[in-house]
Amino acid sequence: MTSPGNPDQHTGAVTLSDLPRKELSRRLKGEGLCLEIPPFVTRIRSPFAIVEEGLSTLYAHHRVFEGARHFADFHVEVDIRRRFFNPLCVFKTDGLEPFTPLAAGEAFAFLEWGMNWCISSYCHTWVTVHSAVLERDGRAVILPAPPGSGKSTLCAALALNGWRLLSDEMALLEPETGLLTPSPRPVSLKNESINIVRNLSPQVVIGPVAHDTMKGDVAHMRVPAQSLERGHEPALPAWLIFPKYQAGAATQLLERGKALSFMQLADNSFNQGGQGRRGFDALTRLIDRCDCYDFTYSRIDEAVAAFARLPMPPEPGAGAMQAV
Amino acid sequence: MTLPSIKLLVDGLNRPQTLLALDDAQWDLLIRQGRAADVLARLAAHCEAADVLGQLPQRPRRHLVSAAILTDRQHRELRLEVRHIQEALARAKVPLVLLKGAAYVMAGLEASKGRMMTDVDILVPRSALPEVESALMMRGWVTAAKTPYDQRYYRTWMHELPPMQHFHRGTSIDVHHAIVPLTARARPNSDQLLAAAITLPSISTGASRALAGTVAVQCLAPADMLLHSAAHLFHEGELEQGFRGLIDLDALWREFSRDAGFADQLVARAVDMDLARPLFYSLRYCHLMLETPVPAAVFARLAVQPGASPSTWQLALMDFLFLRALRPFHATTSDAWTSLARFALYLRGHWLRMPPWLLAIHLTRKLFVRNKPDESESDTNNPQNNGTANIRTAKREV
Repeated sequence: MTSPGNPDQHTGAVTLSDLPRKELSRRLKGEGLCLEIPPFVTRIRSPFAIVEEGLSTLYAHHRVFEGARHFADFHVEVDIRRRFFNPLCVFKTDGLEPFTPLAAGEAFAFLEWGMNWCISSYCHTWVTVHSAVLERDGRAVILPAPPGSGKSTLCAALALNGWRLLSDEMALLEPETGLLTPSPRPVSLKNESINIVRNLSPQVVIGPVAHDTMKGDVAHMRVPAQSLERGHEPALPAWLIFPKYQAGAATQLLERGKALSFMQLADNSFNQGGQGRRGFDALTRLIDRCDCYDFTYSRIDEAVAAFARLPMPPEPGAGAMQAV
Repeated sequence: MTLPSIKLLVDGLNRPQTLLALDDAQWDLLIRQGRAADVLARLAAHCEAADVLGQLPQRPRRHLVSAAILTDRQHRELRLEVRHIQEALARAKVPLVLLKGAAYVMAGLEASKGRMMTDVDILVPRSALPEVESALMMRGWVTAAKTPYDQRYYRTWMHELPPMQHFHRGTSIDVHHAIVPLTARARPNSDQLLAAAITLPSISTGASRALAGTVAVQCLAPADMLLHSAAHLFHEGELEQGFRGLIDLDALWREFSRDAGFADQLVARAVDMDLARPLFYSLRYCHLMLETPVPAAVFARLAVQPGASPSTWQLALMDFLFLRALRPFHATTSDAWTSLARFALYLRGHWLRMPPWLLAIHLTRKLFVRNKPDESESDTNNPQNNGTANIRTAKREV
């Protein structure tokens, strides 16, 4: 019989860290761990120790729900595909396998990638954009990012320096309101950036490292507690910044044309095309209310300082284009 | 033996108001089953028609609306694609007769509500196949059959050209010249189908100059459309989309049977076309599984037609197999026998499509020759590309 943990006084909420490790293990191997990752609830199953480890470390402050009768948006598992001689794992969502198997050591990372897939495949009430999203003083910055741009390192650093993390991977834009819905999940880091981020602050918590993946070493940083606490609070976008890490470069913020920014934003969107007019209008309004920049940097401390100095664009309504 | 329940889905589709009373656990199950059966968008459409969608709890509602957004997009793209095909076929001077999903959408039928489709199926006279193929190739469609065996399989033995894919748009077209394979034992007459085809006026005449000189867009007559759907479902071996096929039949029946003379016409046409048996199974399983309102008189009339009723043991066997295999492809709607049932029907599907000697060759080949995976698949199926996998190629396990 499990102990009831420390329910939050107001909501009766239990977080993952309140569960005894044995109970976490039992749920993962049994009916599944019902985990709230705002705005979704996910039921997770896996026999892998590394998945248990990753969840225990990186989702410690996320809420969990009891029993098998809660509504879950996604039912996911990372299961054993082969036990011996180069063991493999495979991601499944309710029996469907969208991906080919990976080495068993990547099981936790596979879970994260798989959950991203679920969101981009099944969640079209938002326009989804592949980017990081952070917020300060009520306004949000969107950092669209092809691989190699250094977005994740920058995102982690900002999240540790006064910015609230909404997502490191995916912006969820509500077409009707123009607001960004948070979905705070661990920040995924590769190779050198794992140690760079580890050294940014004593409060940084890094989860298990997967070696020899296609991207090299992969690990994740836990979402800072304040970001998670406000995980249900949407934010209005203010800046659209295209980051580029360039060794030895001076820190530089350059204004960028809105038309070009729109094109590149659309390129980074998984589903704006599929939404037709609605998607197009949503991105147009986003561009209208955002200041758009290219950002080059090589030093993370300078980058953080530059972001702290970003001028706040005017409130929407003052000169912004009216909705069609 | 009780079969796994599909009550949640059927109640939701037939009486959307009942959804207002569902608890969390029921919603959880419904969304999972609905997604596996590819009917979430249809549920959304039924809820909207019953004015219930806005009152549903937010989490499940998001999933329904999401699915509807995807199908809306497919329908939009389909309309564009039909326009392209119409222009291409002007060269071949044959009318564009749409089949299945494409027909439902372009004709604005109930069966089109929330229905996902990934390619366009058309019917042309067998004699026109060469011109149709070259007309499509002139406009950028390329055959997808990779090996000489595949080419022969489609052209000689089945009833279609190998599927063609547009090199630029990536869209797919299946060109049929019959609605069941040439090698099948039943032989409905394609000329009769084409002769009875109905022109869709608003699309064919069109107002813009661009449409001048293009061909008429047609679909099969109602009875033929339903019979085609029946033939397709009950001659088909792979029933992963079986539940969706049943939903199509249910929708077509409900809409067309509003016309008083339809049932008699349907039965007569089925006998004419040698499709009485698939019609029998269609109406039976729609009625048993989806509560489709088919009057007893219609069953009685059909039962006495030549070839319509299976023998008692055959019916018992088909019930055992189809009541399982036509359920959604999901763990919660399957029992211990479902895998076996699906496999048995897979074999039956082949048996119906080709004579025994050909079947033996075909299955032997399948057993020993493994297709090499597509180069492009290995890239999109790699999760480290940030999850841009092709959903259609995803494997499902029950």
